Amino acid sequence: MSLALRIRDLIKDHAGEKALKGISFEVPEGALFGIIGADGAGKSTLMTILATLMDADSGEVEELGLDLKKDFKILRHRIAFMPQRFSLYPDLTVVENLHFFADLYDLDPAEKQKRLSDLLKFSALEPFQKRRAGLLSGGMKQKLALCCCLLHRPSLIYLDEPTVGVDPVARRDFWILLKSLKSEGITLVVSTPYMDEAKLCDTLLLLDHGKVLDSGSPREMLSRYPYSLYRIRGPKPLAYSARKEPPQGVSLVYPAGGELRAAVDGGMNASQDDLWKDFPGANASESMTPDIEDLFFALLSREQASLEKTVK
Amino acid sequence: MQASIETRDLTRRFGSFIAVDRLTLRVERGEVFGFLGANGAGKTTAIRMLCGLLQPSSGTGKVAGCDIQTETDGIRSRIGYMPQKFALYPDFSVEMNMRLYGGLYGLKGQALRDRMDVISRLLNLEPLLSQRTDSIPWGWQQRLNLACAILHKPEILFLDEPTASVDPVSRRHFWDIIAELAASGTTIFVTSHYMDEVEYCGRVAILVQGRIAALDTPVGLKTTYGHASLGEVFLDVVERAQTTSSTQ
Ligand SMILES: Nc1ncnc2c1ncn2[C@@H]1O[C@H](COP(=O)(O)OP(=O)(O)OP(=O)(O)O)[C@@H](O)[C@H]1O
Ligand SMILES: [Mg+2]
Repeated sequence: MSLALRIRDLIKDHAGEKALKGISFEVPEGALFGIIGADGAGKSTLMTILATLMDADSGEVEELGLDLKKDFKILRHRIAFMPQRFSLYPDLTVVENLHFFADLYDLDPAEKQKRLSDLLKFSALEPFQKRRAGLLSGGMKQKLALCCCLLHRPSLIYLDEPTVGVDPVARRDFWILLKSLKSEGITLVVSTPYMDEAKLCDTLLLLDHGKVLDSGSPREMLSRYPYSLYRIRGPKPLAYSARKEPPQGVSLVYPAGGELRAAVDGGMNASQDDLWKDFPGANASESMTPDIEDLFFALLSREQASLEKTVK
Repeated sequence: MQASIETRDLTRRFGSFIAVDRLTLRVERGEVFGFLGANGAGKTTAIRMLCGLLQPSSGTGKVAGCDIQTETDGIRSRIGYMPQKFALYPDFSVEMNMRLYGGLYGLKGQALRDRMDVISRLLNLEPLLSQRTDSIPWGWQQRLNLACAILHKPEILFLDEPTASVDPVSRRHFWDIIAELAASGTTIFVTSHYMDEVEYCGRVAILVQGRIAALDTPVGLKTTYGHASLGEVFLDVVERAQTTSSTQ
């Protein structure tokens, strides 16, 4: 299968700090590729570089078979970037915003008209085309931003946290849109703080402090989950502050929705069936299969906890 | 007992559009109250009215004992507000932002320094004080935002999507702090689009087109609607409301 993206040893310093410390990965054509990581891990820096808007200090990037450094002008017509805070023009209507971005890409009039009406249909924004962008809801704004990025028919799209601030219904619809773009063969690279979205990607890249901590399909990554995971029944989910030491033998305790979870080193053994006895207020514990969010906690919370402690 | 927040038929129109529609609500002291709704449901508009920043079109409300239309100064000194849009100076240091905000709330001199010490210890911001605000990770910027909102020991804290774009581990730490504040008697009024963290609220309201469509404890909501998670309850409530409004 051919590659949409091939990255070798990408390095970038930001004001003396290393933002990217040698990143390498590949994205196959037509993939829905997710980037996750703690705040400040380097996700936005990486995307901004790949979208040709910032230079890396060193490293090689091949995008759609072209060299990022040499061919960035051609690439700009074939890729799209939806930055974290995409700027729509609040005083222009939905359709005027689309016209504005279409003109940036020099679309010819016939092509532009066809594309506009296709995109308005595809995003379900047709009934709102005369509404001023500033008055759209958060989810509608994000959909319009996506449409603005799609006008020039890119084959590779970078989306930096496109669903932040978007409500659950609109978020679900937005991902249906992304999947339909994927089915047209478009390659999508998406970063997200929502682990339920990460699960929908073909491949994930977990960034940490400018380095790749892990990557693979969600299933592959979950097969490397380092603990045994338990659901603890009884206590309120926030009963165990991250500042408190977990009970003896337990590596991590954290809330997950309405419940409390505990990660224990190593596999099952007899003593763990009554794990709940170590938790005041608990009345049962049961073994459970980890999800991407559990993996995120497993790989990244120790460090955050030590950060919290060193400053105490 | 006096409620922390009490409204009756609170309404806000923009032209002919009704953004908040006869909101009647009572929140007790020390409650963590989750205020949910789809984009455009009216959450921010309602919060701005409760904070005395936007005049209602009709209806009444009291926050921390003060009338939201006539006693806005009283409200300003008794509440903390963390707006949805980041309101700090990105190129100032963490410490400078705290000092500025303390000043806005009338804190100065030793009293301000003492409060800054307490809050930066509580929120673990001490090692970051001299750093430029935009150089620290987003989750920590939001924590600073929270620090600025609680410097003057508000009785009630309004948090408008405080954890948007914050990673799961930092969100967890953020909620630990919210739980500590609530345990010490601060009333929390919070919006979020993360349905998992809404489970940590004592009670949750779901707003649909400016009106409360559901209001109960997380367990109560899940039982009433027969779903395992608040995420499913949310989709259910919002979609039911949409089908009724489109058949009208
Ligand atoms: N100044 C204004 N003029 C006209 N309409 C407005 C104004 N402020 C808000 N609105 C409209 O009121 C409705 C409610 O907006 P509000 O910002 O309160 O929603 P929200 O629930 O906070 O949404 P989100 O989850 O996207 O933050 C929206 O339809 C919005 O377009
Ligand atoms: Mg809002």
